[in-house]
Amino acid sequence: MAAGSLTMLPDFSLSPRIDQVGVEERASCFTKRSIKKESKMNGLLLVLNMIDLTTLEGKDTDGKVKQLCYKAMHPHDAIPGLPSVAAICVYPSMVKVAKKALGDSGIKVASVATAFPSGQAPRDVKIRDTKYAVNEGADEIDMVISRGKFHAGEYNFVFDEIAAIKEACGDARLKVILETGELGTFDKVRRASDIAMHAGADFIKTSTGKIQPAATMPVTLVMLEAIRDFYYKTGKMIGMKPAGGISKSKLALHYLVMVKEVLGEDWLNNEWFRFGASSLANDVLMQIVKEKTGVYQAANYFSVD
Amino acid sequence: MPVTKKKTAAKKSNTIKLKFDTSWSYDPAPESKSAATIKPRYDLFINGEWQKPAGNKYFATINPANEEKLSEVAEANTADVDKAVRAARNAYEKYWKKMPAKERAKYVFRIARMVQEKARELAIIETLDGGKPIRESRDFDVPTAANHFFYYAGWADKLEYAFPNRRTEPLGVAGQIIPWNFPLLMAAWKIAPAISTGNTVVLKTAETTPLTALKLAEIIEEADLPPGVVNIITGAGETGAAIVNHPDVNKIAFTGSTDVGKIIQRAVAGTDKKVTLELGGKAANIIFEDAPIDQAVEGVINGIYFNQGHVCCAGSRLYVQESVAKQVIRKLKDRMESLIVGDPLDKNTDIGAINSRSQLETIQKYVKIGKQEGAEMYESSCSLPRKGFWCRPTLFTNVAQSNRIAQEEIFGPVLSILTFRTDDEVIEKANNSPYGLSAGVWTDKGSKIFNMTKRMRAGVIWANTFNKFDPSSPFGGYKESGFGREGGLHGLSAYVSLKV
Repeated sequence: MAAGSLTMLPDFSLSPRIDQVGVEERASCFTKRSIKKESKMNGLLLVLNMIDLTTLEGKDTDGKVKQLCYKAMHPHDAIPGLPSVAAICVYPSMVKVAKKALGDSGIKVASVATAFPSGQAPRDVKIRDTKYAVNEGADEIDMVISRGKFHAGEYNFVFDEIAAIKEACGDARLKVILETGELGTFDKVRRASDIAMHAGADFIKTSTGKIQPAATMPVTLVMLEAIRDFYYKTGKMIGMKPAGGISKSKLALHYLVMVKEVLGEDWLNNEWFRFGASSLANDVLMQIVKEKTGVYQAANYFSVD
Repeated sequence: MPVTKKKTAAKKSNTIKLKFDTSWSYDPAPESKSAATIKPRYDLFINGEWQKPAGNKYFATINPANEEKLSEVAEANTADVDKAVRAARNAYEKYWKKMPAKERAKYVFRIARMVQEKARELAIIETLDGGKPIRESRDFDVPTAANHFFYYAGWADKLEYAFPNRRTEPLGVAGQIIPWNFPLLMAAWKIAPAISTGNTVVLKTAETTPLTALKLAEIIEEADLPPGVVNIITGAGETGAAIVNHPDVNKIAFTGSTDVGKIIQRAVAGTDKKVTLELGGKAANIIFEDAPIDQAVEGVINGIYFNQGHVCCAGSRLYVQESVAKQVIRKLKDRMESLIVGDPLDKNTDIGAINSRSQLETIQKYVKIGKQEGAEMYESSCSLPRKGFWCRPTLFTNVAQSNRIAQEEIFGPVLSILTFRTDDEVIEKANNSPYGLSAGVWTDKGSKIFNMTKRMRAGVIWANTFNKFDPSSPFGGYKESGFGREGGLHGLSAYVSLKV
């Protein structure tokens, strides 16, 4: 590939190699930063503001989604002045309900699409799925890549599919879920990240939340470094969304440390970094109340939806 | 608060710069000094007692991060050294040589456990006295020191398995001289194998960092070792010379500069003293184009900036294959910006204070030489505290093999970056050094690792990692980096004589 050229694509089989031991060691360094006092409070508020509050269940109903939207706008009114979350993340069938419930709050509606979570459907079905969600009012689309094709080495297929979905998104921002728990190695996570970014992803995202392991710090680090390299190469910023398995504030703060030290200031906001989570919000609220009052409150003081 | 909309247009790639000075920052998180007790004055630990120095002279030891005096320690003269050696000889003949090995082991295990129990206090004192970040003394120095005592305690009654079909005898009195970069850990490296194999010890600490070894003396006192088995004394170069020249010392173990190592080597010539020397280094850290680059960059940062670069095995010569050099240098510069330089007691500090004023002057001298030689200097943009001895993480690009900054040991946070094209070229350049202590190789290709490690003349070679230490693995150099091995089975043989 010609250096610096944007029109030519790299050979994805030559994506940079990742040393597992080194990545895990580096990721554990971020957990050793001591976050206290004001920096803890500011970090917690930032985390709350970066959450994509998520419900992705077969049993989701209008009622459930409406309640979740209220929670998104008013996380804990007992403490005035708290930020809202960044977005609500739902299935395409729930987009309209969410859009209406959120009104002009500024909170985005993200919809999963493309035969989420397996992605095992023909391309035209995936495109229709995406267009449906966009037409219903989705601001963001969370697609899944075809992991089977990826493992079979059909990188062009995966690339073209992402590009096609990006086109179907129109103005909606596209998050590309790699489902890292199914990829097996960090080398493959890096390769999939490169494919997704070159194919037009606005965000890369670790997981659907349906497969274990979901987001981990090492896997997120590999993706953040891919984003950094892509930024240096093209000048284009790509967002990052770890999803699944981040349910505690302390862990979320460790992720913030990682973003701060790998990508810096420009990524430390909900335009470029999100947490895909459902139970994280309440743990963050519990910590915020603790910081403000000095005591922990029982879980029952925080609304579940 | 809605999603903030920021400018998303792609920037020209030559103007791209990541901003690590972020609006969200870390508050100070200092470790508490009150968890450590430092006496205002320390005498010499000889024959199980704290004895005043014969010359009644004391000198101050300071905190290099703020130049405040921490304590004062005794200056041992020839008479004190003689007293210590006689105490060690007496303990050797009277108790230690005769004691069943498994009984000796119990004492060493006890020291190991007590080092663990007092880990927090030892870490704080190490950081105060030497300037290294508390994260390193807490997570590396102290636990590794305890591990060395545990490891060699385990060997004490199993020497027949270490040396099959041979009988082992201890050497007698070991004179040991340790450096200032890892004061407690080096004391452990020296004392643990010596006493586990039945020798007794006179150990001299470095002038600028005596306090944790004196704390270890308190532990040894509390552990109730027979008097004189371990004697710990303080002083400068002359005290060390008195140990080396003492006729009743059977073994000299020295870690420190190559210059002093040569003096020791001359001094013991013609005697039957056994010697091990662990001296300087100028390690080559080699990055091939197929390496896992981000992890290699992390390894280079760790290799040169760990302990402010005061590491004899520091990866101070970086050889990077030309095809990836630009990328590697950019990544190094970015990574340097996220290194936190400052109060060593702060748990978030990555790089602490330079150990002493004289070491800072040495480092500054080499930085000046590097600039004069035409290399390009880059340093991180961090601000430095006003008091104390500080040096920003620094690197030089466009360095030539013939530059002094590529040949001589700087012993500070200064990296020299050179490029290469082929495997043969880099092996030749890596070996083109008077030193041969350690080296690093970064490549995704296993066969290349074996080819490199076989042909490089260095005592320790790390592949896709750097600065990894374990009590079971030997450490030592080629050429002017010294001889003899410490750690592992090899470390045992430096303290025994083998009989049929």
